[in-house]
Amino acid sequence: MRHASASERTDRRITWVIKAAGYSSIFFITLILIFLMREGLPALANVPLGDLFSTIWYPTEEYFGLLPLILGSLLVTIIATLVALPFGLCTAIFLSEVAPRWVREILKPLVEILAGLPSVVLGFIGILVLVPMLRRALGLATGLTAFTGAVLLGFIAIPTIVSIAEDALNSVPQGYRQAALAVGATRWQTIIGVTLPAARSGVLTAIMLGVGRALGETMAVMMVTGNAPVIPNLPAGIFLPVRTMTATIASEMGEVANGSEHYQVLFFIGIILFLFSLAINLTASWVSFRRAKRSERVLS
Amino acid sequence: MEKIVINHLTVQYADGLESLKDINLTIEANAVNVLFGPAGGGKSTLLRVLNRLNDLTDITHMNGEVIFNGENILGKDIDLITLRRKIGIVFSRPVPLPLSIYQNVSFGLEMAGERNRKHLDEAVEQALRQAVLWDEVHDRLHDPATAISGGQQQRLCLARVLALEPEVIMLDEPTSALDPVSTAKIEGLLDELTATYTIILVPHNVQQAARMADYAAFFLQGELVEYAEGKQLFVSAKDKRTLDYVQGRFG
Amino acid sequence: MKTSTGFEPSALASAHRKQTLGFGLLTLVSALTVLPILAIVVYIIIQGAGAISWEFLTAMPSHGMREGGIFPAIFGTLLLTLFTALFSVPLGVAAGVYLAEYAKDNTATRAIRIAIINLAGVPSVVYGLFGLGLFVIFLNLGTSILAASLTLSIMTLPIIISTTEEALRTVPYSFRVVSISLGATRWQAIWRVVLPQALPGILTGVILGLERAAGETAPILFTGAAFFLPNLPNSLLDSTMALPYHIFVISTQIPGMPVQIQYGTVLVLLVFVLGMNLIATLIRSRARAKRQW
Repeated sequence: MRHASASERTDRRITWVIKAAGYSSIFFITLILIFLMREGLPALANVPLGDLFSTIWYPTEEYFGLLPLILGSLLVTIIATLVALPFGLCTAIFLSEVAPRWVREILKPLVEILAGLPSVVLGFIGILVLVPMLRRALGLATGLTAFTGAVLLGFIAIPTIVSIAEDALNSVPQGYRQAALAVGATRWQTIIGVTLPAARSGVLTAIMLGVGRALGETMAVMMVTGNAPVIPNLPAGIFLPVRTMTATIASEMGEVANGSEHYQVLFFIGIILFLFSLAINLTASWVSFRRAKRSERVLS
Repeated sequence: MEKIVINHLTVQYADGLESLKDINLTIEANAVNVLFGPAGGGKSTLLRVLNRLNDLTDITHMNGEVIFNGENILGKDIDLITLRRKIGIVFSRPVPLPLSIYQNVSFGLEMAGERNRKHLDEAVEQALRQAVLWDEVHDRLHDPATAISGGQQQRLCLARVLALEPEVIMLDEPTSALDPVSTAKIEGLLDELTATYTIILVPHNVQQAARMADYAAFFLQGELVEYAEGKQLFVSAKDKRTLDYVQGRFG
Repeated sequence: MKTSTGFEPSALASAHRKQTLGFGLLTLVSALTVLPILAIVVYIIIQGAGAISWEFLTAMPSHGMREGGIFPAIFGTLLLTLFTALFSVPLGVAAGVYLAEYAKDNTATRAIRIAIINLAGVPSVVYGLFGLGLFVIFLNLGTSILAASLTLSIMTLPIIISTTEEALRTVPYSFRVVSISLGATRWQAIWRVVLPQALPGILTGVILGLERAAGETAPILFTGAAFFLPNLPNSLLDSTMALPYHIFVISTQIPGMPVQIQYGTVLVLLVFVLGMNLIATLIRSRARAKRQW
């Protein structure tokens, strides 16, 4: 019984391979950051910082002002979140607390279908259906506006909000609801007064990840926002064309020369997007980590 | 004759529960060695030390030695695979693997590298006969193991261990989930098995301990309080704590 | 006058009225959320069904993509999906196994989890940039199926890892303990008992991940997708047409593009994607019924 058998040795080799695979995600995320910086940081060297944050984006004339793009993304994302939030949250509450089983069996797959629809398909419907519809309804010169993009984007972000918020609501212990009902609260009062507050941090996480989803969306916004890199003039600018950071990269990358300033600035925008999503994800996981700790104390 | 000798064994879990304090115990060969006592006494911990199953859990501290076949099985160079084949365990709830009846019994041998179909067939039949299960399942060996009753599943778990031809069989409250008829069947089985194997039994009540013990050890909160041959502890224990427990004053 | 419950009857009635209103609102909003989904799918089917024919699915395009078939785009998407699976599935499943079976609860594991969450959150167009920088340029693969598939696989990795880990965690821990007590090594226990039980869950996750990869445009935009290709790709280093990119171009950049062909192309992609969704759902519900614990 002294030395390790052959199977123990194979076991050890397989364990090594699996362990390497486990750490691969750290490898890849680092790789992404490295390559973004490799191609994008030179922009900081070649384009004066003041220029980068100026208000004109016109690369063919060497105007690399990022503000119109950043503000374009922010405008579309914020409105999209305002659209997605009520619909997503209400649907999540409905699915988790109100809907009878058979309704849930129909609704959930439909939401999952939405989650699976490719963004180019939604952009396509956006161009052919949503854009003319909004143009006629709101009497605009063109239906390709920030608002159109935001509505479409909000729609796209709904499944993210629904699934995470619903999970959060489902993991509120039944005991809370039963206690409320036992003292005479109606189901509605229980939902508003007990369940929803208890799921507070999960809902917050859902919103944050919904925002992240909206911020990172490319094709659908590109197809319906009109792609005009201008600083949006609120509130009128909501109904005018605008350009997001993602759309900029997608539409201009194909035409730049390798290593040119334009190329580097596009990569720099990529770094900005990467950092934004990093911030959102880290905050979201910090929020849910804190919630896990708190509920451990409460339940033990 | 001594089968396993435990010297000054101390085990500490990360959460402090179910630890063992300075255990000195001899497991006698070809007998039913009963370890009994209230919950949390460390009996299950001791079983899992003997086949090093506790390596899967968070132990902060383990001292002492356990001598089996001339070696200290707590040492670093021990071949754990072979150890676990020689010291088998049956748990308190029957856990059939999600495989057929046949595959459950042949599992250990297949993991050991046995490929010969004939050898496996023979080993499976012999193990099932020893566990007094052959007559009930021989015509449906390839049915899923979950298709048989609880009592049959527990005998299947025993057959699984027997197929490896171990030297020691440990049973941790094997009948706690079973009805009285199945319990009686298994208890009868254990008596017969002592001819070939060494049995370590953690009973799930004092009555079972009294019925089965060739040797008995009383555990309380991680300490070995008293040890005696035969039914002595159940009739005339020397330590007051043993007496109180046996008479049902606490538990 | 107080009732037996201690409340004024009118207060109770008003609480119930609020509840009816509230529930009604929730139902309405949920319906409004879900109806457009149904409407979109149905509309695409209605508008595009007319374009679908055997020729459409198997012939090469002609007249500047305005006529003929879309076979190269279908073929390209199938190739990309296949190679994405090839690269991401073994790596992703192994990583999931690591997290579920081997990883301890320490800082290193937390770092891995944070990395996975972030990989999942990187915008698809940033993946495109990354693929361009690493695979197309640095590794000199050029705009190719290889570069695009590698990019898509890294994007698909987090989904596969998470679903694999979750699927493994639902398998009862006792199976592992029992297997090891019978002399199996840790890997033998995983390979022979745990993994087969987790397989349906893993498969579901793989299919959902590949479904996403098949529909993505931005990651393949500068790494492998092309529009006007006269022939089918010959090797992995060739670029290829692909359904998502094809849809994008024909709906935004081709004047005089027949609308029905546009809808038809979209319908093909939709069927592909929703078909995978359906298969995944079926696997999941069959597995739940056949569970052996």
